[in-house]
Amino acid sequence: MTLEKLILAAVTLSVSKVPVGANVFVCETKDEMDQVAADLEAILDGIAHKLSNDVYIIVKH
Amino acid sequence: MNEYTFSILFGVTVGTLARIYMFRTDYRQYPTYPHGMIIHLALGFIAASLGALVVPSIMEEEFTAVTFLTLAASQFREVRNMERKTLTEMDSLELVPRGASYIEGIAVTFEGRNYLVIFISFVSSLAYLSINIWAACVAAFLAFLVAKKYMTGSRLGKISDVEQATVSFDGAGLYVDNIYIMNIGIPVRQKEILEHGLGFVIKPKNFDARSTIGNLGQRQAILHDLAISLGVYRDSGTPALVPLIKRDLDDGRIGIFILPQNKSADLAMKVISQVPTLENAIRMPTETKEKGSGQS
Repeated sequence: MTLEKLILAAVTLSVSKVPVGANVFVCETKDEMDQVAADLEAILDGIAHKLSNDVYIIVKH
Repeated sequence: MNEYTFSILFGVTVGTLARIYMFRTDYRQYPTYPHGMIIHLALGFIAASLGALVVPSIMEEEFTAVTFLTLAASQFREVRNMERKTLTEMDSLELVPRGASYIEGIAVTFEGRNYLVIFISFVSSLAYLSINIWAACVAAFLAFLVAKKYMTGSRLGKISDVEQATVSFDGAGLYVDNIYIMNIGIPVRQKEILEHGLGFVIKPKNFDARSTIGNLGQRQAILHDLAISLGVYRDSGTPALVPLIKRDLDDGRIGIFILPQNKSADLAMKVISQVPTLENAIRMPTETKEKGSGQS
C-alpha cells in the first residue's frame, strides 16, 4: 500500500501546538528542531513543512 | 521473378529506409535499446512489404488480398500496447518520470510511423508500376516529405514563451516568480534550493495554449525532458528536491522549479521550448461553437 499525504511526525518547541495522534518530537532549541526535522526527513522520505516558527510537520507525499 | 518483383523490392526498400530514417535518438533517449530497435526495424520491414504488395494485388484483381491490411492494423496496434507497457514499467524507475500522457504519445507515434511506412511503400510501388522507376523515385521522395511533416508534431515554443524567473522564499513558501511551488521548512534545505535551483515561467500565447500547458501530463513531460537534458540534483528518498511545476490560476502561466546538475539557464529554456506538445494535451476551447465567432 502506498501512502499519500500523511503526517508522519511533528517536530515542535511547544507541545501544546501539535495535533493529538501524530508522533511528536519536542525540542528545546530552534537549532535542535532543525536538526531533528532534517534527520526525520531523510529517514522517513518525507518533506519537512513549516507550519509556524515552532512547528514542523514531516509529510509523506 | 515476375513483372511485379522490382516494384515490390523497390517499395520494400524505400519503406524500410524511411523507417530507419524515422528512428531518432536525441535528448529524449528513446529508442536507445538495440533490441528495441531491431523489433521496430523488423516491423517496419513488414509494414513496407504490406504497402508494396497492395498495388500488385489490385492489378491482379485479387481484391480480397487487400483485407490483409486489416491484419496489419491489428498487428501495429499491438506495437502500441507493447511500447506503452514497456515504458510504463520503466517509468517507475526514473528519477523524474515521463508520465502517462507522454508515454501514450510515444506509443501512438510508434504505431503511426508504421502506417507512414505503408503509405510510402504503397505510393512508390504504385508509381513504379503505373509509370516508371524515375517516377517512383520522385513519388517516394514526395511521400517521404509528407511523412516527415506528419512525423514531427508541434513544439511548446510555438504556443508559449519561456522566461527565466527568480526562485525565492517567502517564509517557508517557495516561489518561482510569484507562483507558489511548495512549503520547505528546514533552513538548510532552503539554502540548498536557492543555491542549486532554477526557475522558469511559461507564458501561454493564447487561450488554447493556456489549457494545453495546464495539462498535468504535458507538465510532467516538460519536467522529464528538462531532467534528462540538464540532469537532476536529487536521489530517491529526497522528495523535497523533486522538480515541480505549478500553475498561476489567474493567468494560466506555469512556474517550473528544478534543481539541475548543469545549471545552464539558456540550455534549459531551449529544451523547454523544444518539448513536444502532447497530442492528448492539446485543447481548443476557442473552437467551441456556442461561444459565437467574435470571441476567443
